[in-house]
Amino acid sequence: MITPEVTATATAPGRPRGGLVNVPKRFLPVIATFVVFVATFGVGSVRYEGFASGQVMANLFIDNAFLIVLAVGMTFVILTGGIDLSVGSVVALSTMIAASALQAGWPAWLVVVTVLATGSALGLAMGWVIHRFGVQPFIVTLAGMFLARGLCFVISVESVSIKDPAFRELATGSIELPGGVTITYGVVIALVTVLAAVYVLHLTRFGRTVYAVGGSESSARLMGLATTRVKVGVYVISGFCSALGGLLFSLYMLSGYSLHAVGMELDAIAAVVVGGSLLSGGVGFVIGSVVGVLVLGTIQTLISFEGTLSSWWTKIVIGALLLAFIALQRIIVRRT
Amino acid sequence: MTEPVVDMRGISVEFPGVKALQEVDFRLFPGEVHALMGENGAGKSTLIKALTGVHRIAAGEVRYAGERVSFSAPAEAQAAGISTVYQEVNLCGNLTVAENILLGREPRKLGRIDGKAMRARAAELLARIGLHIDPGSVLESHPIAVQQLVAIARAVAVDARVLVLDEPTSSLDADEVAELFRIIRVLRDEGVAVLFVTHFLEQVYEISDRMTVLRNGRLVGEHMTAALSRIDLVSAMLGREMGVLEEIERRSGTPGEPLLVAEGLGRKGSVAPFDLEIRKGEVVGLAGLLGSGRTEVARLLFGADKADSGRLLVDGKQVRLTGPRAAIEAGVAFSSEDRKAEGIVADLSVRDNLILAMQAARGWARPVPRKLADELVAKYIELLDIRPADPDRAVGNLSGGNQQKVLLARWLVTQPKLLILDEPTRGIDVGAKAQIQKVVADLAAEGMAVLFISAELEEVVRVSDRVVVMRDRQKVAELDGEVGVDDVMALIAGGGDHGVDQGVEKAVAS
Amino acid sequence: MKNRLLWPVVALVALLMLNVVVTPSFFSVRLQDGHLYGSLIDILRNGAPTLLIALGMTLVIATRGIDLSVGAVAAIAGAVTCTHIASGGNAWVAMGLALALCAVLGLWNGFLVSVLGIQPIIATLVLMTAGRGIAMLITEGQIITVNDDSYRQVGAGFLVLPIAILISLAVLGLVALVTRRTALGLLIESVGVNPSASRLAGVRARTIIWTVYVFAALCAAVAGLMISSNVSAADANNAGLWIEMDAILAVVIGGTSLAGGRYSLTGTLLGALIIQTLTTTVYTIGIAPEITLVFKAIVVIAVCLMQAPVGIRVRVRGKQGVPA
Ligand SMILES: Nc1ncnc2c1ncn2[C@@H]1O[C@H](COP(=O)(O)OP(=O)(O)OP(=O)(O)O)[C@@H](O)[C@H]1O
Ligand SMILES: [Mg+2]
Repeated sequence: MITPEVTATATAPGRPRGGLVNVPKRFLPVIATFVVFVATFGVGSVRYEGFASGQVMANLFIDNAFLIVLAVGMTFVILTGGIDLSVGSVVALSTMIAASALQAGWPAWLVVVTVLATGSALGLAMGWVIHRFGVQPFIVTLAGMFLARGLCFVISVESVSIKDPAFRELATGSIELPGGVTITYGVVIALVTVLAAVYVLHLTRFGRTVYAVGGSESSARLMGLATTRVKVGVYVISGFCSALGGLLFSLYMLSGYSLHAVGMELDAIAAVVVGGSLLSGGVGFVIGSVVGVLVLGTIQTLISFEGTLSSWWTKIVIGALLLAFIALQRIIVRRT
Repeated sequence: MTEPVVDMRGISVEFPGVKALQEVDFRLFPGEVHALMGENGAGKSTLIKALTGVHRIAAGEVRYAGERVSFSAPAEAQAAGISTVYQEVNLCGNLTVAENILLGREPRKLGRIDGKAMRARAAELLARIGLHIDPGSVLESHPIAVQQLVAIARAVAVDARVLVLDEPTSSLDADEVAELFRIIRVLRDEGVAVLFVTHFLEQVYEISDRMTVLRNGRLVGEHMTAALSRIDLVSAMLGREMGVLEEIERRSGTPGEPLLVAEGLGRKGSVAPFDLEIRKGEVVGLAGLLGSGRTEVARLLFGADKADSGRLLVDGKQVRLTGPRAAIEAGVAFSSEDRKAEGIVADLSVRDNLILAMQAARGWARPVPRKLADELVAKYIELLDIRPADPDRAVGNLSGGNQQKVLLARWLVTQPKLLILDEPTRGIDVGAKAQIQKVVADLAAEGMAVLFISAELEEVVRVSDRVVVMRDRQKVAELDGEVGVDDVMALIAGGGDHGVDQGVEKAVAS
Repeated sequence: MKNRLLWPVVALVALLMLNVVVTPSFFSVRLQDGHLYGSLIDILRNGAPTLLIALGMTLVIATRGIDLSVGAVAAIAGAVTCTHIASGGNAWVAMGLALALCAVLGLWNGFLVSVLGIQPIIATLVLMTAGRGIAMLITEGQIITVNDDSYRQVGAGFLVLPIAILISLAVLGLVALVTRRTALGLLIESVGVNPSASRLAGVRARTIIWTVYVFAALCAAVAGLMISSNVSAADANNAGLWIEMDAILAVVIGGTSLAGGRYSLTGTLLGALIIQTLTTTVYTIGIAPEITLVFKAIVVIAVCLMQAPVGIRVRVRGKQGVPA
């Protein structure tokens, strides 16, 4: 073939030189989200005493560890231009399976494996249907949402509490960081998930193909990339993350219940989108989604610091803050 | 003679309602450059896609390197050594240039992608085809032509036995074409079989050894290039004698009063402020290299990009620089070079696409009457010879050249005062190209002003009354009267003070 | 489009048949006091709000958008009307107020999407969250019951057929007429398929997007009135809960793609009927409440698989050698 000799042809005059504005532009939404997050946190610390403590920050992670994991899975799916509505229900199903299996006396490790396998299998099934039959992801995963929620009710309509010592140990145990700040094991698991996702998305062929499929699926196919594997794979990943998120949630609640995590899929989607990903696919970063979760978490924290809001004002304020975040982010992105 | 590396026999491909290919035979030998010729919609791209496993073959067999194969996905053809550049740029705009070149075969270290090595390798491959851009830049920030070069870089990056290039040169300048041909020759001499599609006859005669001619989905014949004259080739493609290619007559009448006047129009980072005047009944050509700013000028005039300095007058009235609608209301029409992203509305029918601009101007409450729409559609399908002549077919299923004709028709029905055409003949066959050039000349004769942009200098010079030359995102000259290709070339290349008649060059201070 | 509607029809017929097998009197309709009664009529009446919302949703989806706020908007409409009536207001004025307020909410959604360029799912999520709060604010967290005959007509009244279904069908007819007789349908589809090409062709994409969100909000408002009038009460928390999902489901089952572009109003009608029949079926054939959702999931998947673009076609592969 061609020997890799470099022909040094002179650049024709006037040829556009790429990369003038482009590289940072991709990161802009993430940076904007981060700036907005910091700003809100700043506002909170001026307004409320004790807001700016390390522990409040750590609690943000503790209270949202499961959501971080869900958002990671959702990011994979959204990057390919898909969507996964089943995550909230899969979380509920996972808590249900975990709680009832533990109640039935299964060893903790087996419970964990079963839950993760169930979530992944559900994801695999949905991904396969989406890919093989060309049915829209929204519908397939909506059916998955019904199915998982339905299976919860089949297992039990009552709430089942978790009494397993290993689980309780994990749930209540904490790790002390320098400065007297403590975090839970859940936080560690969530952060490891994030790192793994970053690695996969940016440094593996699978990850880059995820972006390619989101950019243009037909092009990716014509380029000879493994689009099938990716399109199905992202739902498996999301299913796995939902199950893992479900386990974290069961640690957080120490119970399994059919009505856990209702509407949580919307939180996950919101986090991903607030973090700068486009639902049309191909654009976004896992880190953005994590910041997105922190933004949603901060909103909750602000509300709880405010303390005296009636339940309807809470909803209105959440909506308003969400709006403020998105609007600010848009402004930052447009200005630059 | 050696064995053919690709041997397709009796190939038929069908789409709902169309027989795109019927019993076509095609052979490709190692070490040859083989041109696949035919009009728009003849089935060239379909044959290629049948080979690489994109389309399913209804009948016939494909032999590759002596063995019977049936690829079910492009990935399989690629793995087997068939490297393809498809007609529309099929890359991922959201990824970097380097990734687009190397995706699927990135250099890896311990299973993870080695970003540095990847960029270095990409830079090397880009340099090989004479392209010097930052491999880390995002693909969609580059103009279509650069994207096309990147697609070529991707295709030649692998050790392939067969290289398929479907209209790779449609948006390239002479320099890039020369560079590409140099590479093709190197590959050919190494024994690679190259399949090449283009509508530029000069290029076919320059590079190809053999050609296969298709017409209406059927094989017309296979010929050695040297043994077939141009006239014979054209009549083989068209199936009739070539009548339309008559010389466009230069209009003698003097152009009317100024229609469009731009004063100091410019946009930071895009085009330096420029002055421009276009008269009624005049065709002004815009020449320049890729990225010289020719497309940007057109976009500013139309408001597709917002100008941040200067003013624009149409018919003596100042046009608000707010966007396409203001321009359209003032009587300006613009057909973008990026047919796929900014032109066709793929899922809608030919009829709907054709009346879209007219309908948009009328507003939603006043629909174009069905009867009028049918008349217009019938008229332009006939005038521009759009094929298949079926107004209800989704435009996305038309061949590339026919999509272009639909876009041209979309603006013609609005009867604009100024028509801006950015690469209107890209990917259009010889016959249709002559037709379009003739339509442009006729429109001008009827008093319409036209701004004509094309990468092909001969064409610009042929259709234009006046040529504006761009270089380095600045307007550098305006050439009047009998302009020759060489004059323009000298200006484009820079240092244009020599050899050009100073009398016609009005250098623009900026 | 035509044959893609075949499978939804088949699914609907199959569901109805299933009901007949279980309850032989399922198809019987009787006329009593000039009102039609029967299971079929119930399906129509209960499905009216979903159908109405799905109609608005169809146009929004055709422009590549989505509107998650419709359920909340429906709750607000009910809340406004009932509160006004409860404080002694006239029912018609109350409904007028509700519609006006919801039109403003639609303008708001349209503003976020078309002017600020926020992704529709997140732009409407704002109102989905805050909207319930607004509804509760209006009702002050109470369930407001009213006793007003003219208001009750909207959701529970009869003009031979239930008035609710007459309203929904009238809106369906109106939308079909307006979008297909004017150029609105074409422009909506063109914005949905290729926004940038449409912009360059001079289409007022912004106005169109704005229009569809306002229309969706108005549909949601009327649906909200039906829901609340049917029970003569406004429940800010639960009225129209998750109805956005049912509406989206109806649109998609009807063959409209969430990626925007071509849409089918007939398809949406079928989709809404399938969903409502499904819900009714669950009761009539006595499926245990625990597995209702599982049953629903199976039916949805079955319908979608039947009309999937890539049928259960098995690709016959030849020998795929990679020659040496
Ligand atoms: N996906 C498709 N669905 C339906 N018809 C198609 C499809 N692709 C191509 N066709 C039809 O098949 C015929 C051959 O098209 P093809 O793209 O092969 O033409 P071509 O020779 O490459 O033309 P051009 O020079 O314009 O690129 C045309 O009539 C076209 O409308
Ligand atoms: Mg072609």
